[in-house]
Amino acid sequence: MNDKPLRLEAVCKSFGAVEVLRDFSLEIARGEFVAIVGPSGCGKTTLLNLFSGFDKPATGKVFTSGHIRMIYQQGGLFPWQTAGENIRLALRHIKDPVEQQRQLQEMLDLIDLDSFAGHYPHQLSGGMRQRVELARGLAGESDTLLMDEPFSSLDYLTRLRLRQEFARMLGERPRTVVLVTHDIEEAAQLADRVVVLSERPARIHCQLHLDLPRPRDLTHPEVVGAVHRILTEMGLEADTRDSLAAKINP
Amino acid sequence: MKEEPVRAPARLLPVAVMIAGILIWAALSALRVFPESAFPSPLSVAAGFVEEIKTGRLFNDLVASLFRVTVGFLLAAASGIPLGLLLGNQLPARVALMPAINFFRNLSPLAWIPFAILWFGIGDIPAIFLIFMASFFPIVLATIAAVATIPAVYFRAARDYGIRGGELFRKVTLPAILPQVITALRVTAGLAWVVVVAAEMIAGRDGLGFAIWDARNGLRMDLLVAGMIVIGIIGVVIDRILVQLTKLPSVRWGYER
Repeated sequence: MNDKPLRLEAVCKSFGAVEVLRDFSLEIARGEFVAIVGPSGCGKTTLLNLFSGFDKPATGKVFTSGHIRMIYQQGGLFPWQTAGENIRLALRHIKDPVEQQRQLQEMLDLIDLDSFAGHYPHQLSGGMRQRVELARGLAGESDTLLMDEPFSSLDYLTRLRLRQEFARMLGERPRTVVLVTHDIEEAAQLADRVVVLSERPARIHCQLHLDLPRPRDLTHPEVVGAVHRILTEMGLEADTRDSLAAKINP
Repeated sequence: MKEEPVRAPARLLPVAVMIAGILIWAALSALRVFPESAFPSPLSVAAGFVEEIKTGRLFNDLVASLFRVTVGFLLAAASGIPLGLLLGNQLPARVALMPAINFFRNLSPLAWIPFAILWFGIGDIPAIFLIFMASFFPIVLATIAAVATIPAVYFRAARDYGIRGGELFRKVTLPAILPQVITALRVTAGLAWVVVVAAEMIAGRDGLGFAIWDARNGLRMDLLVAGMIVIGIIGVVIDRILVQLTKLPSVRWGYER
């Protein structure tokens, strides 16, 4: 596998008259967790679709390597299969039934839904469904997870809990992650690098690196500082960095 | 989500309604609102029932009608669902055939009765033909609609997990359309049961439709009502049987939203 499993090179993409990407380049290192934030409709989801191969660029190049999976906002589970069967989809390549069962059990334990394996998605709460979706994405062999607003349909507390759970799961099963979100706190709490996009056609407005290990507290000064920086960059918060920094580190 | 358990007194309500209905019927007949020859009493209908059962005619007619409905309906399902799947996936074929299918869907199958008799004579085949014409088009249309509205996310997820080809059809397309197809089958089976009665009235020499037509010709309104009651009950039974399909765990999602 190569060092740079995901790369966009001078990509242009339009939908009809709407130019979404113009000359856009982005490189994501193996094992890196990159969050992409930006105004709605700026082309965040298009980036994921380019990486997944669902969309093709008009010009420019897309390089990917390894097995890529997408985790959806909601409704990506097959409703005609139980939670366990859905996760088992990701373990299809394992021919030995005993080993397959063992790994399924491991994933169920990881999301703490062991007793719900036989339930169908419509019988689970939104948070449980999303946990199953995460487990399916992380089960078995894959290299990259593309996540499109995976927590946005959940209530605030469930979202916070799942974020931490996902960070913990990722610790046990490292993956390259590209997370598209409009939730800036989520980006700052999870990502190694936050890419802030501009309005359409999207370009990289700025990037932010966070070296903090995961899971991180939402109120960790570095996370708070990053949120402040991103909001400021997006023009949503007046730049009072010095006064804020003074409050955090007196 | 789950149906609330109905308490025992509530369960008796339908029975009470039925008894009340029979009492009103008996009262209207006793009051001679209509002459007895045009409004048979419950008792004479009951006597007619016993007569029909004793002669074995009722049973024969019932079997004849059920046979025609079963064959016509199964033929329509066995050809309509595959055609719907094909058209649901093929936009050009769909564009080409949809107007024709819609045309025939809206054409009352009873309009085919003269041709059914001219082509197939009298008996099982014209009735089966008419039931087929009544069921086939709605089943095709419902299947097309179900296939065309499968959320794209299922196919994208399937691709992520390496499901393709025939497996994609078995594991994604088919289960995704099943709830809607089952609903269409229920509606269509009801339609088929309505049509068999009409078909047998004109193109039959037996069957429940023929039985009530024959009763009318013989001015035996008691037997006519007995026939009507059987037709209604069997219609309900057919739907009760098909409703069992909606209880399969893997299709429940389609009915609980």
